Amino acid sequence: MSSAQLEIQLIASLVAIACAIPGTFLVLRKMAMISDAISHSILPGIVIGFFITQDLNSPLLILLAAMTGIITVILVEYIQKTGLVKEDTAIGLVFPALFSIGVILIAKNANDVHLDVDAVLLGELAFAPFDRLVIDGLDLGPKSLWIIGAILLTTLGLLIAFFKELKLSTFDMGLAASLGFPPAVIHYGLMSVSSVTTVGAFDAVGAILVVALMIAPAATAYLLTNDLKRMLGYAIGFGVFSAISGYWLAHALDASIAGSITTMLGLLFLTVYLFAPNKGIIAVLYREKQQRTEVSLLTFLLHLKNHNEETERHVNHLNEHINWQKVRSKTVLDLAIKNNMISITNNIVSLTEKGNDFTTQAIDYIITNEDAQIEHMKDDFFLFRG
Amino acid sequence: MDLAEYIQLVFTDYTLRTITLGTAILGAVTGMLGSFAVLRKQSLLGDAISHAALPGIAIAFLITGIKDSNVLLLGALISGLVGTFWIRGIMNKTHLKSDTALGLILSLFFGFGMLLLTFIQKQPNANQAGLDKYLFGQAATLVESDVWMMTLVTGSCLFVLLLFWKEFKILLFDADYTKTLGFNTKFIDVLITTFIVLAIVLGLQTVGVVLMSAMLLAPAAAARQWTNSLGYMVIIASVFGALSGVVGTAISASQNNLSTGPVIVIVAGVFVLISFVFSPSRGLLFKQIRLLKNRRDLKLHKTLSFMYNIARTHDDISHPHAIKILNNFQGYTTGTLQKLVRKNYVRLEAGQWSLTLEGFKAASNLYNQQDHKDE
Repeated sequence: MSSAQLEIQLIASLVAIACAIPGTFLVLRKMAMISDAISHSILPGIVIGFFITQDLNSPLLILLAAMTGIITVILVEYIQKTGLVKEDTAIGLVFPALFSIGVILIAKNANDVHLDVDAVLLGELAFAPFDRLVIDGLDLGPKSLWIIGAILLTTLGLLIAFFKELKLSTFDMGLAASLGFPPAVIHYGLMSVSSVTTVGAFDAVGAILVVALMIAPAATAYLLTNDLKRMLGYAIGFGVFSAISGYWLAHALDASIAGSITTMLGLLFLTVYLFAPNKGIIAVLYREKQQRTEVSLLTFLLHLKNHNEETERHVNHLNEHINWQKVRSKTVLDLAIKNNMISITNNIVSLTEKGNDFTTQAIDYIITNEDAQIEHMKDDFFLFRG
Repeated sequence: MDLAEYIQLVFTDYTLRTITLGTAILGAVTGMLGSFAVLRKQSLLGDAISHAALPGIAIAFLITGIKDSNVLLLGALISGLVGTFWIRGIMNKTHLKSDTALGLILSLFFGFGMLLLTFIQKQPNANQAGLDKYLFGQAATLVESDVWMMTLVTGSCLFVLLLFWKEFKILLFDADYTKTLGFNTKFIDVLITTFIVLAIVLGLQTVGVVLMSAMLLAPAAAARQWTNSLGYMVIIASVFGALSGVVGTAISASQNNLSTGPVIVIVAGVFVLISFVFSPSRGLLFKQIRLLKNRRDLKLHKTLSFMYNIARTHDDISHPHAIKILNNFQGYTTGTLQKLVRKNYVRLEAGQWSLTLEGFKAASNLYNQQDHKDE
C-alpha cells in the first residue's frame, strides 16, 4: 500500500466521521432532506468563492459556500412560514433554483474558470493526495486532509460541548425551549455544521455523495439501536468501514471511489434493513405473522368460551365457521394444546381451567382497554411462542 | 435576433423546433403529474426517483451495449420504480421517516449509478461516451423520435388521468374514505406513482437527474397559488410547465454557453415567485395589503370606540370635544378622523369633534357583530 493510498483512505475515513455526526442528528430530527438541499445549493457559493479566490481549497471559499447552505435553510424556512406550500415542496423549490444559478454561472464563465459541475457534484478522491499543503518548502500532507481534519475537530468539539443540549432539543424541543436552550440557536448551529461539513467534503466525495455519507450510516445505525451515543458510534463505524472497503472496491473495479463508498453504504444498509434483529424487514414480517397467529388464537379461545354447545366446538366446525384455512386452524389448535389452553375429547374442543382464566383476562382487557391489563398477558403470549 | 425572427426560426429550424416541442411537452406532462405529487405531499419523491433512475440507465447500457434512448429509459423506469417501492417499504416497515428514506434511496442509488458509470467509462466499448449527459441533461440531443415518445406518454397519461379522474381525486384528498368506499387504493396508488416515475424518467434526457425534481414541483407549486380546484390546478400547472419549456429554450438558444435544463428551471422558478407574490387570494402582496387594510380598520374602530366612551359620559352625545384629547391615543391620525367624517360618524368644527347619532349607534354596536358596514 503506497502512501497515496493510505492518505486517500485516511481522508475518506475522516470525511465519513465528519459526516456521520451531523447526519445522525439530521436523521433524528427528520431533516435528512435538508442535507440534500444544502449539498446542491452550495454550488453557487462555491462558484462565486472560486471566482474570488481561484482556489478550491481556500477557507474563504468554504466559508462562502457554507453561507449559501445556511441561506438555503433560511429561504426554505421563510417559504414554509408563508404557508403557501408545504415544507418538502419548499425544499424542492429552493435548491434546484440555486443549483441552476450555479450551473449557469459556471457555463457563462467556462472559458476562464477551471471548474466544472461534474467535479463539484461528483468529486474525485483519487486526486486528493496530489494537492499538497506546503509551508516553507515543508510537505505537510494533502490539503484536503487538513481541511477535513479541522472540520472534524470542530465538529467533535461542538458535539462534546453541546451534547446534552443537542440531545434534549432533538428529542423534546418544547422541553429544551422551556429549560432555556434556544431551539433556534441549536437548529442553526447544526445547520452551520452540516453546511461546513458538506462544503469541506464535497471536493473529496462530491456534493451528492456527501448526502449518502450523512444519511446512510445514521439510518443504518438507527435500525440497530435506540441509544443516541451508541447510534453515533455505530454510524461512525459504518461510515469508516464503507470508506475503507469502498476504496478497495474502487481499486478492484477501477471505478469512482465515491461511487464505491456509496455502494458499500448501500449494501450495508440493505443487509441491516433485511436482518436487523428487531427492526429489520425479516424480523418485522416474522413478528407480524406471529401476532396474526396470536390474535387468531385469542379469537378461537373467545369463541370456545362463548359456546357451550358441542356442535359449535367440534374440530371440523372451526374450518367452516371461523373461516380459517386448514393449515392455520391446525397451527392455532396445536399452539393452544401445547399451552394447555384446551383439551380435545372425541373431536370436541373444550377450554381447560388455564384457558378459561386466560380468556377472562383477555375479555377484561378488550372491555376496559387499559394498558395495565395487557402487561402480564404479554408474558403469557411469550409462553406460546416457546 | 428579435422575437419575430426567433419565432420564425422555431418553425423552420429542425433542432430548435424539436427542442422547443420536446421541452414544452415535457413541461406540460410534468406539470400535470407534479400537481398530484405536490398535493400528495410527495414533492421530494421526484428528486429521489430522478436520482434513483441513474443505475437503471447504466445497467441497461451494460446489458445491451447500445445507446438507444428507449432502452435506457426502460432501465431508468425500472430502477426508478424499484427505488420508489423501496422508499415505501422503508417508510412502512421500519421506524425511519420519509425524509430519511428519500435521502437514503436518492444518495445510495445515485452513488451506485456513479460507480457503474465510471466502470463503463473504463470499458473498451466506444459507444459509452455521452451516457453522463443524463446527469445534467442535454436538450440539444433531443431528436424527433424522442418527441414522439414524449407525446405518446403524455397522451396515455392524459387518457388514464381522465379515465380515473374521480379515483385519483378522492384518493388525493381522503385516502381512508376511498378505502371504505371499496376502491382498490393500492392499484390507484401504484398507477399514479408509475406515471410520476414515467414522467420523471422522460425528462432525464432533457433536464437531467439533478434538476428534474424542480420540473415536477415548480409548475404545480405555482399553479396551486391560483386555484383551489384540482382540475384547474392540473391545467394551469401544465400551461406553466409548457411555458417554462418554451421560454427556457428560447433564452438558452439566444445565448451562448447556456444549457437548457438550468434555464428552464430558473424560468419555472420565476413563475413560482410571481405566483407567490401576485396571486390574488393566497399571494404575499395581496395578503400584505389585506393585513394593512385590516389593521387600519381596527385602528378606526379603536378611535371610534374611544370617542364613544367619552361621549357616553355626557348627556348630549354630540357634545363637542377638543381634538387634542385624541392625541394620547395611538389609533388616531388626521386620516382616520377624515374617514370617520366621510362616514358621517363624526362632525368636525373648529378643532373640536363631536359624535353624530349615527356614529354613536355604530360605535355601540361595534363589538356586537351586528353592523358589518365597516368591514
